[in-house]
Amino acid sequence: MSGSDDDTAVVMARDLTKHFTVRRRAGRVRRDRVTVEAVAGVTFAVPRGTIVGYVGPNGAGKSTTVKMLTGILVPSGGEVRVAGLEPSRRRIELARRIGVVFGQRSQLWWDLPLADSFELARHLYAVPRSRHAARLTECVDLLEMAPFLQTPVRQLSLGQRMRGEIAIALLHDPEVLFLDEPTIGLDVVSKAKVRAFLADLNALHGTTIVLTTHDLGDIERLCSRLLIIDHGRTIFDGALNDLRDRFEPNRTLVVDLAAPQPALRIEGAQVVRVDGARQWLRFDRRTTTAADLVARVAVAADLVDLTVEEPDIEDVVARIYRDGSAAF
Amino acid sequence: MNTLRLWRLLVVARIRAQWQYRASFVIDTIASFATSSLDFLAVLAIFTHLHTLGGWSVHQVAFLYGAGGIGFAMADLFVSNLEQTSQLVRTGQFDVMLIRPAGTLTQVIAGDVSLRSVGKATQASLVLVYALSGAAIHWTVGRALMMLAIVACGALIFSAVWIAGSCIVFLTVDGDEATNAITYGGNFFAQYPLDVFGPWLRRLLGFVVPTAFVAYFPALYVLGKPMPFGLPGWVRFASPLVAAVALGVATAVWHIAVRHYRSTGS
Ligand SMILES: Nc1ncnc2c1ncn2[C@@H]1O[C@H](COP(=O)(O)OP(=O)(O)OP(=O)(O)O)[C@@H](O)[C@H]1O
Ligand SMILES: [Mg+2]
Repeated sequence: MSGSDDDTAVVMARDLTKHFTVRRRAGRVRRDRVTVEAVAGVTFAVPRGTIVGYVGPNGAGKSTTVKMLTGILVPSGGEVRVAGLEPSRRRIELARRIGVVFGQRSQLWWDLPLADSFELARHLYAVPRSRHAARLTECVDLLEMAPFLQTPVRQLSLGQRMRGEIAIALLHDPEVLFLDEPTIGLDVVSKAKVRAFLADLNALHGTTIVLTTHDLGDIERLCSRLLIIDHGRTIFDGALNDLRDRFEPNRTLVVDLAAPQPALRIEGAQVVRVDGARQWLRFDRRTTTAADLVARVAVAADLVDLTVEEPDIEDVVARIYRDGSAAF
Repeated sequence: MNTLRLWRLLVVARIRAQWQYRASFVIDTIASFATSSLDFLAVLAIFTHLHTLGGWSVHQVAFLYGAGGIGFAMADLFVSNLEQTSQLVRTGQFDVMLIRPAGTLTQVIAGDVSLRSVGKATQASLVLVYALSGAAIHWTVGRALMMLAIVACGALIFSAVWIAGSCIVFLTVDGDEATNAITYGGNFFAQYPLDVFGPWLRRLLGFVVPTAFVAYFPALYVLGKPMPFGLPGWVRFASPLVAAVALGVATAVWHIAVRHYRSTGS
């Protein structure tokens, strides 16, 4: 990712900042003005057609960034472009070309049946009737919304409503879809449905997707690219596999031997656990390959079966959050 | 999509959603009629002790009250959902308006229509009938047209005041009280002749929150009263211009205020 692919980048942020001035209680009545740096200089570019995961601990500045990308907040500094437009100045134009889903806010009409919200959206976005109908049918099928289409929104379950929120954000066929915690509070089945839908959307329509989440399952399933932000700064930008390599070079080789044995002594690896005939060997993939290691183990013992374990992404990310940018 | 169509679309949706609560509409309308009637009794009470108020007879003051009141009721009917702005801003629900391809002001205004203001409009009309019965107006075409202008300009000026007043909530979360003071206060002051107020308040009502142009100045023309405070005669006809300027300024302020919207942390 560099300045050179900015031409194809459909979402672009350069040195983007946002600070909030808040009053904090200082003593009984006195209030001090404090500046919170919610986003402190974020730079990235998202090429058309990619799915980017935007993650970071609570309060990192994810939602604030998304609000600047969608024209809700005016940035304090830096530059933003979405579909070639400056979001806060060309808000209405931009709104026709992007879709936004907030896990915490509803775009649906609370007292009306779900279907009525979709009809209102058709008028709001001035979508031709036939195109709207085709798109709606697709969404209703894929998100399995037919059973509750005529139910007032206030009576929908969270999972049903979220599917409605995603659908209404897509009826005008946006180029870019922003989702802020779309899977928050969903059960495993609903989550899987939403993920599959988003993956299809990207594959079939080429929609660029920017997604914030705390569920790394969303990232593993969907995102080819990951942005990690902490304290308003980007601390990682790259593919999921790069993240593992960069922050957790260790892999684990699990071997099943013919008979229980004391811990093996193998060059380039360390036995971290023994359980009967099974042993866990940790090695650094930068200095040792799994193949070499297997060869060495085969010499030292009678090998029956083996697997190589990748480090758990949750653990990697948890470590990055804990260590902050120091891990960088 | 043009503003008017959008407004109609959203208002129809709202009314459909509210239809289930239609019994409360009847109650609200009656309550609105009753409270504004009490309001006018307070005006009448003043005249049990005085013959004129700042040189204005009871029928003339009733004229101000009635004509201004109809304008206020019309503004209330169309734009009173602006009261919800503070709620939308505080909860962050205003985010949703900013991601739709439509003006935020239109969306907030179209969030609801206050049908109960029919009660207020009815009461103000009755007061106006009472005023006309006793004010001995020398009718001309110009004066009749001015009556229409008073209602239309009143609605527009009050709407402008309401819009501008609502902007405060974008700057401070506890701006509600200030907003209410401006909008309802504006209506209160429009009901009395400018003559009874001190010079400082007169300037405020003439130039800042221009409610003197709602009924007072045009009423001078309809009632054939002399110009006070050494003002030139054309001021009596300036209401349409003032309404247009006020509306222009108010929408401009709104757009600036929206750029200061901060949303919420979650
Ligand atoms: N409207 C606001 N007023 C004041 N401070 C705010 C506002 N919005 C966000 N903040 C602050 O900015 C920082 C970043 O908040 P933001 O909501 O962007 O975090 P986030 O990464 O989305 O967190 P989470 O994962 O908890 O949703 C936080 O410290 C928050 O308190
Ligand atoms: Mg957030």
